[in-house]
Amino acid sequence: MSATVGIVFVSHSSQLAAGAVALAGQMAPSVTLLPAGGTDDDGIGTSFGKVMTAVGEADQGAGVVVVSDLGSALLTAETVLDLLPDDERARVRVVDGPFVEGGVAAAVAAETGADLEGVAAAVEGARAAWGGAEAAEAPPAEAAAPQPAGGGTRGDAGYVREVLVRNPQGLHARPAAEFVKLANTFPVKVTVNGKDAKSLLGVMSLGLTAGATATIASPDDDGEAAVDALVELIEGGFGEI
Amino acid sequence: MALDTNWVSSWISAAAGAVAEHKGELNTLDREIGDGDHGENMDRGMRASVDALTKLPDDATPSAALRSIAMTLISTVGGASGPLYGTAFLKAAEPVGDAQAIDGEALVALLTAARDGIVSRGKAESGDKTMIDAWTPAVEAASASLAAGADPAAILAAAAEAAEKGSDATIPLVARKGRASYLGERSAGHRDPGAQSTALILRAAAETAG
Repeated sequence: MSATVGIVFVSHSSQLAAGAVALAGQMAPSVTLLPAGGTDDDGIGTSFGKVMTAVGEADQGAGVVVVSDLGSALLTAETVLDLLPDDERARVRVVDGPFVEGGVAAAVAAETGADLEGVAAAVEGARAAWGGAEAAEAPPAEAAAPQPAGGGTRGDAGYVREVLVRNPQGLHARPAAEFVKLANTFPVKVTVNGKDAKSLLGVMSLGLTAGATATIASPDDDGEAAVDALVELIEGGFGEI
Repeated sequence: MALDTNWVSSWISAAAGAVAEHKGELNTLDREIGDGDHGENMDRGMRASVDALTKLPDDATPSAALRSIAMTLISTVGGASGPLYGTAFLKAAEPVGDAQAIDGEALVALLTAARDGIVSRGKAESGDKTMIDAWTPAVEAASASLAAGADPAAILAAAAEAAEKGSDATIPLVARKGRASYLGERSAGHRDPGAQSTALILRAAAETAG
């Protein structure tokens, strides 16, 4: 297996950085996730040295995405970026996005084998999903298409199937990550209740708890396999039932 | 005195002294609208910079000294001021080049590059209630002073005075950048700590150049 993109979590607090790594690590066990939190003596602040070291160690050959919390953590990360040798700088992306959501989205994207730009885009996507007041007000796409129960239908919206979420945790955290990972293995566009099924934050923002109905759809001609696989995954209950 | 490497050392020693003397005041300003550690952080960074300068070779150029200060601040300050002041000194070193002494034109270029470095790092604009509100008036006063034929010491005196006025002028502003921006309207009525430390550092530059 080729190397995955590493992720560095820059925080003012060493506990916060370590906690974010632990949280993201649950969904991305094979990704190198490194904390760079606190000052050199673990006080509140950011350490140029810690960030520089972590960026070097997180690069497993596929590059590094750096996420940060409050503003000055971003400034420190960007300063590290500026001072890296040119060849190393080309493999590092410092992305301004929500620390927890962006970091988790990045970790999941890396776990699914996304490249440097893909992982950086996951952080950007998290920012968009996080700012989500407008997104939350958007009517769910399921209202648009007729949904007979059971097997899929093919209509204007492409191939569509409905499935009942049965596992107690719903499509949240680990199950959502598994869902997104599987979706990312298909080279087709696929949505769940109108949200991009390949976006962790998009999927998590739907709040699909146990008992909810998920409408999985693909407008692509060869999208059936993706929709069927995702429906099966949800029906399987993610090992919780 | 000529603005050579010795001047850079004197300047930074004097600036470190001023920051140490005003450490409590900077902490208090920062506590009112930020996280309360600006004095502490700057004191640590300036003291480390003074130490770093003593380790430079005897024939180090002013720009080498400025770069040494930059790297020391970046690695020791621990707050936003580290990358901001660090970038300022790093950029300040560029227009000085290999010169053994900084003349009036190089001085204005140095101050301008420092300010531009802070702007590009922090992405703040004038009026955002940040250290830029001290730096930009200082750069403008320095330019005007150079154009009027002033010598480096007078240029720095003009810059320092403008930075102090700029710092005063941050008091009524509502912060739009940095930690203070989380306070919104409540940030008005307080002096920006970064503008104040800028004023202290530029005043030390003027005093040691005279």
